Amino acid sequence: MSSAAPSPTVLQPEPLVKPGVSLHEITEAICAPVETELRKTPLGWIIGFGVSLAFLGIYLVTVVYLLWKGIGIWGNNQPVGWAWDITNFVWWIGIGHAGTLISAILFLFRQKWRTSINRFSEAMTIFAVLCALQFPLLHTGRPWVAIYWLLPLPNSMSIWPNFRSPLVWDVFAVSTYFTVSLLFWYVGLIPDLATLRDRARTRARAIVYGVLAMGWRGSNRHWQHYEKAYLILAGLSTPLVLSVHSIVSFDFSTSVLPGWHTTIFPPYFVAGAVFSGFGLVMTLMVLARQYFGLRHLVTMRVLENMNKIMLVTGTMVGYAYAMEAFIAWYGGSIYERFTFANRMFGPYWWAYWTMVSCNVISPQLFWFRRIRRSIPAMFIISIFVNIGMWFERFVIIVTSLHRDFVPGSWGYFRPTLFDVSMFLGTLGLFFTLFMLFLRFLPMIAMAELKGVTPHADPHAKEHG
Amino acid sequence: MSSASLSKDRPPRHIYGMVAEFASPHALLEGVRAVRKAGFTRIDTHTPFPIHGMDKAMGLPPSKLPWLVFAGGLTGAVSAFLLQWWTNAVDYQFLVGGKPVFSYQAYVPVCFELTVLLSAFCAVLGLLALCGLPRPYHPLFLHPRFARATDDGFFLSVEAADPLWDEAVLRRVLTAAGGSEIAIIREAPEGGVHV
Repeated sequence: MSSAAPSPTVLQPEPLVKPGVSLHEITEAICAPVETELRKTPLGWIIGFGVSLAFLGIYLVTVVYLLWKGIGIWGNNQPVGWAWDITNFVWWIGIGHAGTLISAILFLFRQKWRTSINRFSEAMTIFAVLCALQFPLLHTGRPWVAIYWLLPLPNSMSIWPNFRSPLVWDVFAVSTYFTVSLLFWYVGLIPDLATLRDRARTRARAIVYGVLAMGWRGSNRHWQHYEKAYLILAGLSTPLVLSVHSIVSFDFSTSVLPGWHTTIFPPYFVAGAVFSGFGLVMTLMVLARQYFGLRHLVTMRVLENMNKIMLVTGTMVGYAYAMEAFIAWYGGSIYERFTFANRMFGPYWWAYWTMVSCNVISPQLFWFRRIRRSIPAMFIISIFVNIGMWFERFVIIVTSLHRDFVPGSWGYFRPTLFDVSMFLGTLGLFFTLFMLFLRFLPMIAMAELKGVTPHADPHAKEHG
Repeated sequence: MSSASLSKDRPPRHIYGMVAEFASPHALLEGVRAVRKAGFTRIDTHTPFPIHGMDKAMGLPPSKLPWLVFAGGLTGAVSAFLLQWWTNAVDYQFLVGGKPVFSYQAYVPVCFELTVLLSAFCAVLGLLALCGLPRPYHPLFLHPRFARATDDGFFLSVEAADPLWDEAVLRRVLTAAGGSEIAIIREAPEGGVHV
């Protein structure tokens, strides 16, 4: 029984949910955007969805043209065989990692503040991984042929994939990651879908949400297995998310290319992934909580904690940049040393220093409490983080490739229109799915959020 | 636990059980303790979120789900290893980068991924199987107040199949434990349609 009155000398932690919010008010606040009638859809949502759809159109046009013509429509060519395609792939995959970190790792560490943002960021994970998958699939040019060396499908050519290749590991890692994230997300949604079913005012809604909720009735005999399943999925996702970006980094680090062949890559990539993902969660969450009036549920404490994680992972990324450069000098390999000098002061100096300013310098502002708690500041910094992390992948990939061992084959990569349209197109795909998610699914995990309110504590006697 | 306790004085078929509401998670815990103390076993609670300590109060045995997941994970690891060994070292041998055809070190990532994948599938499908879901229809859904179980209501239900089932006794126990809105839930008449 923890009913003792707080003594004035003891500092109480800031509440996770604004105090005095009842369970029913939580349900109402979270269901409101989902239950607005179609005819009363807010104008802001329609505009956002329309813009996203336009970009999705760009995506579809680009993909059709790409499949028709081949990947020559991109700027990739010798010596830069990987460029925006793989940059975008790694960027999107990395963004997904914050969702899993929030939903799985912070769950295992019992960080209860995660409950107000986990659904949101898990959705972001799934859509981001979906966008990421477009790039490695499409950069094969003819995915329906590539499938035979990507997946072990029996075929009349009697060939099998080469399991000694990190590119094949990547196929398994990313597809497993997508599937497990989707399962985890769906399990988390079941109780909330049941809430929407029970509140449905039209028959169509009752049927759709009813089918999705699968007859969930909040039974404790079910909650018992449910909590176990959730814990197990969190336990599985934690090493999974670490493995995914490690394996992505193996695509580079198992090669013999200076600038790629580095043992620091797996942890460095994972830290960068979490960093960039938190950046995008912050960008989207600041907008969504303002627009949908969820400020009492996604409190300043939650945002501040996210900023602290950005500060930590940003500093880790900065350390990795410094260590890479140090090893290039200390390691004594002239090729490695050249690659790093070229990266910082060669033709792509602007990309390198954009990366450093966005990723290393800008999050350092979060040392100040006032900046950590300022909505405009965190919004702007989060955008810088998104930009910086895109440039990080661009710098790693392009600067290592464009000047190889033979100066006669040096080159300079320039993106084409279709490089740009493909990237903008996946942004369209992402935001289309995200807008649909905001409109038709509860963006905050109601059942979980209720579980961390004071009412949920079975040792507290009074209710309300 | 289905039909082991059939007895002659079993209640008429059309009664599913009795439901009571409690004001808070704490009150519900107390209610469960009281009902169990009175000897009822076929009880369940329905709450918008899991309540800490309820498994113990209801006397539920630990979930068997981890064993299913373990089996799934083991299957994933073994099958991934066999797949890679058979395809690369037996059926289709080719040399690349001077690496041995049987490079078991390189099999670790795929073994790991398939372990996680099959474990996750077992966790989710096992969850559904152990819960008996999907089950779109349940007598409790006929109770007009039951929708609050996924909003802010705390319900306790006792099935009529309980060996000690006695409406009057149960009503007394539930009232004494602090339950309100006590209601009898009827099962659907066979073949009928309900709204």
